Amino acid sequence: MSELGAVFARCRDEDRAALVAYLPAGYPTQHDSELAVTTLAESGADIIEVGVPYTDPLMDGPVIQDAADTALRAGFRFAGLFRCVEAARAAGAVPVVMSYWNPVLRYGPDRFAAHLSAAGGSGLITPDLIPDEAAVWTSAARTHGVDPIFLVAPSSTDERLAMTTAACGGFVYAASTMGVTGARTAVGGGARVLVDRTRAVSDLPVCVGLGVSTGDQAAEVAAFADGVIVGSALVAALRDDSTREGLRALTEELAQGVRRR
Amino acid sequence: MSTHAETAAAMVAGRFGDFGGRYVPEALVAALDELDRARLDALTDPAFQAELQELQRTYTGRPNPLTEAPRFAAHAGGARIFLKREDLNHTGSHKINNALGQGLLTRRMGKTRVIAETGAGQHGVATATVAALLGLECVVYMGKVDTERQALNVARMRLLGAEVVAVDHGSATLKDAINEAMRDWVTNVEHTHYLLGTVTGPHPFPSMVRDFHSVIGAEAHDQLLALTGRLPDIVCACVGGGSNAIGIFHRFVDEPSVRLVGLEAGGEGVDTGRHAARFATGVPGVLHGAATFVLQDEDGQTLESHSVSAGLDYPSVGPEHAYLNASGRAEYHPVTDAEAMDAFALLCRTEGIIPAIESAHALAGALRLGREAGPGTHILVNLSGRGDKDMDTAAHWFGLLDAQGAPRE
Repeated sequence: MSELGAVFARCRDEDRAALVAYLPAGYPTQHDSELAVTTLAESGADIIEVGVPYTDPLMDGPVIQDAADTALRAGFRFAGLFRCVEAARAAGAVPVVMSYWNPVLRYGPDRFAAHLSAAGGSGLITPDLIPDEAAVWTSAARTHGVDPIFLVAPSSTDERLAMTTAACGGFVYAASTMGVTGARTAVGGGARVLVDRTRAVSDLPVCVGLGVSTGDQAAEVAAFADGVIVGSALVAALRDDSTREGLRALTEELAQGVRRR
Repeated sequence: MSTHAETAAAMVAGRFGDFGGRYVPEALVAALDELDRARLDALTDPAFQAELQELQRTYTGRPNPLTEAPRFAAHAGGARIFLKREDLNHTGSHKINNALGQGLLTRRMGKTRVIAETGAGQHGVATATVAALLGLECVVYMGKVDTERQALNVARMRLLGAEVVAVDHGSATLKDAINEAMRDWVTNVEHTHYLLGTVTGPHPFPSMVRDFHSVIGAEAHDQLLALTGRLPDIVCACVGGGSNAIGIFHRFVDEPSVRLVGLEAGGEGVDTGRHAARFATGVPGVLHGAATFVLQDEDGQTLESHSVSAGLDYPSVGPEHAYLNASGRAEYHPVTDAEAMDAFALLCRTEGIIPAIESAHALAGALRLGREAGPGTHILVNLSGRGDKDMDTAAHWFGLLDAQGAPRE
């Protein structure tokens, strides 16, 4: 079982869902981002998803777009990504990275997998890389013991759900609604249907992302998913309170939420 | 073995050799599959083709003429230069060819809303036009910088009933408009078609948009044969995303004696860093759903491009061009802002034709290629658009206006 698999097994034993918390590396500065992922780990995040700021984040809504702009203007470089991964690991969480494909492609997929693994990263979420195009990546990931995590969507056919989950390791990222990242007032009934359809073709844990911003929403999703992914709300909490107390409070609320299934 | 057969073999599953593909969120795959089925059905449906051809004839004004430009060619080392007059199409550029085709496909798929990105505004105008014609709701995303330098086209789109959204993220130019259109599409894909305006993006866009523009080269081929009795020696076209270039190249890819030359924006000079010379300085990567050449830094972050022409100001290029470059079938050279504006002025004064600044890059290429190739060379140039939209830029470039915007004595 992969290290990510062990996280979900432990959560199952505790009869709860896992909290998967996203923040971009280098935001608002490199140093602050390392402190912020540490705060996430200390406040109850099981898995920390460290984002790679990118100039063309076409799956992201305004909150994460602005954070990526800020991080890039502050001079984010790839070495900073791995320092965030190391910080998350040192604080006791299991880190994964989320990156659009071009930065990984430019870094070199094999080199990236090796350096991610060396930094203590367990997986890579690729929002714009589908398994159809991922032969080079999945091979590099396998070589270095990194889990390739692909997305499934409400519009995915059953055939594509089976193909995509077969290519995944660690967990499956279920995008709850058709759209980009960002807080929503309701997560949508489609999420449960997608989780059920995914479970019908795969034994991997299924985590739900897109739209969750409160402890109540986390509890709602935890009732039917193995993990709850929260991104934009955490980025906004960090943006609005540089002391990270807001970030800590929200993470604790979400961690309680995933235990209230 | 013909190059076309090799090309076809390389196109399996939407790839052009190492380029193309689909680098998109999973949420869009179903829509791309639906689109691929619809466009392949339409390609072989006589009713669809008849409707498209009728609109090309009665609405666009096709076939448009082929014009020989002898007084312009007098500056090109004795070459003969022939202009394919896409500037005479309704809406003023080649963009209407693709907009009409995709507009009809939108209706065929039962969708009621189209979205589009635009740089210079020509594709946005063409899309707004087709949306009005077919009764579709239309939203056009345009970089904020571009809305300012192409303000007249923004007004045209609004007159045609489209909503124009100024995109203020990132570099606030064409690439950011595409990002925003993709975000809209993934959210509203059930009833919305993304009427992408060039030969990039995920499969099937590069092939589909090429097919809708291939009428350019097909007409020019027949017109040239009727006029000169032979194939051209060189076909040249400007390359931003590359739709007008692929449209005129496609008919000639099979003809090994014909040199295919794409001219990309050299901006202030390839060594200044302010340019859109993807082939001269870019490296293979992925942007906007396709594997292709991309202007990027060593971390894979997209670099900002620069060109006096908004339509060529794009850090990436269609994947089939990347393939034609890699295979050696076509060649790509940069043309600077200054060279393009010189050619722009020369065509105005020698032929009475005001070209789009994009197309002026192809004209500058023709002058250079003619001088290199020598007397008797036949050069076909795609005059992809007219320059009405560029009057403000040109008037400032040539010092025709004073600081208040009034004519200078």
